[in-house]
Amino acid sequence: MNTQPHNRATPAVPPDEPVHTPSLLARMLDSDLWHSFVRSPVTVVSAVVALLYVLAALCAPLISPQNPFDPATLDLMEAFTPPLQANAFSGRTFWLGTDAQGRDIFSAILYGSRVSLLVGVAAVSFAALLGIGLGLMSGYLGGWVDALIMRIADIQLSFPAILIALLIFGVFKGIVPPELQDRVALYVLIVAIGLSDWVQYARTVRSSTMAEKNKEYVQAARVIGVPAPLILLRHILPNVMGPVLVIATIGLALAIILESTLSFLGVGVPPTQPSLGTLIRVGQDFLFSGEWWIVLFPGLALLILALSVNLLGDWLRDALNPKLR
Amino acid sequence: MAPPPLSPNDAPLLRVRGLRIEFPTRRGTLVAIDDVSFDVARGEVLGMVGESGAGKSLTGAAIIGLLEPPGRIAGGEILLHGRPIHALPPAEMRRIRGRHISMVFQDPLTSLNPLLTVGDQIVETILTHKPIGEQAARRRAVELLEEVGIPAPDQRIDHYPHQFSGGMRQRVVIALALCADPELIIADEPTTALDVSVQAQIIALLRRLCREHHTAVILVTHDMGVIAETADRVAVMYAGRIAEIGPVREVVKQPQHPYTRGLMGSIPVLGAGSRRLVQIDGAMPRLTAIPSGCAFHPRCGEAFARCREERPELLAAGHARAACWLYAGDNAAERAR
Amino acid sequence: MLAVILRRLLQSILVMLAVALVSFGLFRYIGDPIHNMVGQEATLAEREQLREHLGLNDAVPVQFARFVGNALRGEFGISYRMARPVADVIRERLPATLELALISGSAALLAGIALGVYTALRRDGWLSHAIMSASLIGVSLPTFLIGILLIYVFAVELKVLPAFGRSETVQLGWWNTGLLTASGLKSLILPAITLGLYQLTLIMRLVRAEMLEVLRTDYIKFARARGLSDRSIHFRHALKNTLLPVITIAGLQIGSIIAFAIITETVFQWPGVGLLFITAVQFVDIPVMAAYLVLIALIFVVINLIVDLLYFAVDPRLRVRRTGRGT
Repeated sequence: MNTQPHNRATPAVPPDEPVHTPSLLARMLDSDLWHSFVRSPVTVVSAVVALLYVLAALCAPLISPQNPFDPATLDLMEAFTPPLQANAFSGRTFWLGTDAQGRDIFSAILYGSRVSLLVGVAAVSFAALLGIGLGLMSGYLGGWVDALIMRIADIQLSFPAILIALLIFGVFKGIVPPELQDRVALYVLIVAIGLSDWVQYARTVRSSTMAEKNKEYVQAARVIGVPAPLILLRHILPNVMGPVLVIATIGLALAIILESTLSFLGVGVPPTQPSLGTLIRVGQDFLFSGEWWIVLFPGLALLILALSVNLLGDWLRDALNPKLR
Repeated sequence: MAPPPLSPNDAPLLRVRGLRIEFPTRRGTLVAIDDVSFDVARGEVLGMVGESGAGKSLTGAAIIGLLEPPGRIAGGEILLHGRPIHALPPAEMRRIRGRHISMVFQDPLTSLNPLLTVGDQIVETILTHKPIGEQAARRRAVELLEEVGIPAPDQRIDHYPHQFSGGMRQRVVIALALCADPELIIADEPTTALDVSVQAQIIALLRRLCREHHTAVILVTHDMGVIAETADRVAVMYAGRIAEIGPVREVVKQPQHPYTRGLMGSIPVLGAGSRRLVQIDGAMPRLTAIPSGCAFHPRCGEAFARCREERPELLAAGHARAACWLYAGDNAAERAR
Repeated sequence: MLAVILRRLLQSILVMLAVALVSFGLFRYIGDPIHNMVGQEATLAEREQLREHLGLNDAVPVQFARFVGNALRGEFGISYRMARPVADVIRERLPATLELALISGSAALLAGIALGVYTALRRDGWLSHAIMSASLIGVSLPTFLIGILLIYVFAVELKVLPAFGRSETVQLGWWNTGLLTASGLKSLILPAITLGLYQLTLIMRLVRAEMLEVLRTDYIKFARARGLSDRSIHFRHALKNTLLPVITIAGLQIGSIIAFAIITETVFQWPGVGLLFITAVQFVDIPVMAAYLVLIALIFVVINLIVDLLYFAVDPRLRVRRTGRGT
């Protein structure tokens, strides 16, 4: 123990308190969040599933048996091969069967998840950035800026996200010349989903900004001339990260579902880059002729992805809000 | 009013023996209340004081059977007229609540259902416990409101809680607690949430009504002043245990336990000249780190070796009883030092 | 109270105007309305004449005023794709959507409240845990997937219910109902479940969370301390307080059902306004899109007003003026 004379003179610091602070990892492993994570097997499983999913999607070109969207690798003779049965002509078997063009469903799912995850993550980031920015502005500036932003938020919130996204898509189709549409469709999709989902971030950030900005330490920072953007970043933002993380996690599941829904409705990603929703849209027709695997497996993949993200979000919300145990 | 008939075994109204309340948590079991024993006689007002976290409110919740999970009674017994009630099935315990033991909560603003008129709430409570018709119950409700000092009770009965002020709402709450003529009311900080000007009125009302109805009261508070004015006896709680218990006059005038002395020293007394208010150094230990021996010894100016090692029982000390080794006969020598 | 309702009414009108502005912007600036109405072979003079006739050369505020005026009379111009008045097309299609939304919405509301109350009261029972887990699956299942699975099980494999369409309908005035024929009712079952399941899970989780919150309040504790029966505490004291905030969100949910019907109608080829809208988006049929937008906004505004009135009916704190204050 450190027994320097000046230390004894200041009894405000209890002498038996360890001087060093534990490392970040050690603090993480001792946090309530980590404990509640390890305590919940469902959460651990869904975290592992989500992680595997992300890995598989990232490494799709490496692990998938074929590139499902390269026409050269497809053989029409292999079309409609049921799962785990040898094809009558080539003798090859496919884990999850093949579709109408002899495409391996497993590979198609891997590539499709890639698109779904990409759009989901990008849309959530877009929505979060937009929402946090507008929320900070609204809460910090107040006045007519606040009134305007919150009015727009109110109006938008009373319409379901799917409608907003469809509308943005309709506008896009009317403005962008047809020959360019396929190339920018993915970005439009991301913006459409992001724009339909910023309100919650903005509301949450706004209310904690308003609560925080009148606290003394923020006032003090303002008095000594710290510029407003710096105050917002340094003092206010860290306070809202918890709820924002919860909204973003649940938002990711919603964005993935919304993307697949738009693609299913035929207004989402272009057919050259099919997502899980596109696969289901295409496979739906074969349900009536008994080729159930073409639609069922992509559907299952979508469900597992959305479910594991939702479970994570649910756990996070409960863990960060002990009152709602 | 005629004195209530004595029960055959002549047991006190309420007897708490060796009560222990535990909270299982991730980091082990917390003992919130340990070995608490006391009696309440018919018509008596027992004050219960202590800092927040000392276990006063928990004791009250345990007696009325409304301990919130995961808290649980892990030992000891609670007897009503000599009959154990701490392990009754829920349906039987419900028949005791309201009729035999009732409760007044801290905050009158949140104690009343905002969507029902006060009359609805009183009538429902009367009908639950008394075999009378709705008309009679309503007449009784008006009487009750009149009794707790609400003007124009026959009109106010149809008003909603938000139409009453804080003090008036606490009067309604008291009327509700008295609906079924309980023998014991647990009043958990009944005036803390009220304006200072109203506090005295509510305390006076509670005392008058309980005297008239011959109802016993356990008055839970951290305000020693309220206790001194109201209670017959007082139990001082510290870190989940009773530090001192005795007649209120004696405990206030001649506190025995060093902790009680500290508490009394912190009350300003009118006419006591410019006596300095004394403050007890340190804070009450958290439940996770209750010291060995007497829980108060780290803050006690008179602690000696035994206090650190052995936990004191309640010992006769003056006219009261105190959980302090200063009053163990064989310590007389050490005290003399 | 009247003042509050009037203010709400004013707000609603503002919302409608904002939506009309968006709608007008779509109509006026996306694509060329003239180009969409006449074919390639029209001469420049003919186009200019039509432009003048339609008032497209007037000042923009005048055009907007005319648009609002027309909208008030239910006129939204001619569908580019179908070359018929939009109002007629919507009138034909609306009953199908409203019947579907109403049936599935009320079923979802009732079942959602019942299940939410049950899971809150028996929060540690195995059945509650099972229901809660199932509800999370329900939230994670995209509506279209539910529809496809139901079609596969009940229409393809079991062959007990129709996979698409409304089957036989009966004409009652301009209202074309499927509720009066056995086959019409049968074909309503799968779409109604598909549409309602998601709302059901949301309402149930909401009711459960609110109910748990209410059960922790002081007035519930006080009610217990007075020895009231569980039945009264749960259903007389807690449920009413639970449903108060639920009204708002459930109202919005029910409103959004109309919009969610887009997906269900696509899966089941249900001939409602949702299917009309999605086709309009695909073919950039702007007048239909604009009209649909205004219609949905109108339905939302009406539901919001009803919700406000319900609040007044249930919550005495809004209904009664504060009287007799003082200690």
